[in-house]
Amino acid sequence: MIETGEILQTMQMIQQQNFDIRTITLGINLLDCSHPVAEACAARVYDKICMTAKDLVKTGEAIERELGIPIVNKRISVTPISLICQGDPRPIAKALDKAAKEMGVNFLGGYSALMQKGATKADERLVESIPEVLATTERLCSSVNVGSTRAGINMNAVRQMGQIIKKTAELTADNDSLGCAKLVVFCNAVEDNPFMAGAFCGVGEPECAINVGVSGPGVVKTALEQVKGQPFDVVAETIKRTAFKITRVGQLVAREASQRLNIPFGIVDLSLAPTPARGDSVAHVLTEMGLEKAGAPGTTAALALLNDAVKKGGVMASNHVGGLSGAFIPVSEEIGTIEAAAAGQLTLEKLEAMTCVCSVGLDMIAIPGDTSAETISGIIADEAAIGMVNSKTTAVRVIPAVGKKAGDTVEFGGLLGFAPVMPVNTCSNADFIARGGRIPAPLQSLKN
Amino acid sequence: MTKALISVTGQDTTGIIAAVATKLSDLNINILEISQTILSGCFTMMMVVDLDGAGLEYAVIDEALDPIRKDKKLHIHMQRMDIFDAMHRV
Repeated sequence: MIETGEILQTMQMIQQQNFDIRTITLGINLLDCSHPVAEACAARVYDKICMTAKDLVKTGEAIERELGIPIVNKRISVTPISLICQGDPRPIAKALDKAAKEMGVNFLGGYSALMQKGATKADERLVESIPEVLATTERLCSSVNVGSTRAGINMNAVRQMGQIIKKTAELTADNDSLGCAKLVVFCNAVEDNPFMAGAFCGVGEPECAINVGVSGPGVVKTALEQVKGQPFDVVAETIKRTAFKITRVGQLVAREASQRLNIPFGIVDLSLAPTPARGDSVAHVLTEMGLEKAGAPGTTAALALLNDAVKKGGVMASNHVGGLSGAFIPVSEEIGTIEAAAAGQLTLEKLEAMTCVCSVGLDMIAIPGDTSAETISGIIADEAAIGMVNSKTTAVRVIPAVGKKAGDTVEFGGLLGFAPVMPVNTCSNADFIARGGRIPAPLQSLKN
Repeated sequence: MTKALISVTGQDTTGIIAAVATKLSDLNINILEISQTILSGCFTMMMVVDLDGAGLEYAVIDEALDPIRKDKKLHIHMQRMDIFDAMHRV
């Protein structure tokens, strides 16, 4: 029998510590929608999404009500569009945006290309269209994979993505370069990621699948408040126990959604996803361990412990764990990193070090608008190298905010929050980026 | 059996338990457990109920409690027990 104390603990987690299910993301395979005529392909895409996802939001809301836990986002991810697009991808982008609005989801991911080893003609057309598409659609998210442990790093794609990010920033300059918030550059992109902007439905995925992402940094922080001053063994154990509870709810929601929609359950993503709300910050979990601010010496170790303990606690709580599964440390979507970055305590270089031990990479970081495309490409190359060598996912989602300089603030609103513009190292890397070609796959790719 | 927890909190007045229990009885919802206390002057009650007897959609049952929420100015929160089982039992 459940005890009163346990019931109250669950209620407090939800009502006071911002515990929620961050997203139910429906992955939809669009490989059968390919057609030589772009408009015909777009029509197929629209119809398939609307048919598959018609009950997604309604079902999510019903589960939310019955279990008494907020399910903040209901989203859709689709097959990378470059794989189904034989001509101009822009009509498909419009169809995807329209389908997202029709289905009532706030983001749809998969305007994507997988170019880790090289680009097809379709990849090239899609990547070239990204700035215009992100400026003219509202809910569509885009991602490009430029490297992997198996393939190495496609430095031509890295060079091109620096330019694409700049152009996207310019075309959405009126809106603090918001387009860049919907564009992620990956190394080792995963096929079942439920989180935006990098979600897409990979080629190894089934016809459709339910993937769930949980949240809960506030819950972890509150749990750590009870073990102040105790050794790290106790800290790790406390995080594991908390992560187990959080993930069990994610698993329950995923199972319910899967049964009601008659769509197979894919994975639960163990990432702790923060929001700009106070009390919902991963950085504040790190400060609870005894750091004045995220960025202080010790931060990388604290994050490594957190990330590992979350996985150890979560992995037993779900049948299938996947997606990104690590701590997110975005700058704009998270009050703790915003404060540390604004105070100058958290630098881009420290964030890069932190990405060696957590999942995602340099996420939602505003940089000066006059940052060159080559510098952005260099940042991408560095992150991709970390991902490639460590056999893990890394990503770059930077926003070169047009007209803004270091110390200014950009405002995106909603979940995306606001961010201080962080200074970048402006030392020239133009000759490095101009080389192009491929950085060969590292020795650790030869595991067979 | 679909079990749910109904938590009721608010200003203590006469007839809260009677009002909630009567409404549940009208809906053919069986009360399995009940605990009630006054915390710092605040009426606090938790009930575990079996929803199956009602034969109604969850949302309909939840909405049927609205008049009590309004008349007695109470926070009445209903959630399926599955979330507590998932979180606290292996």
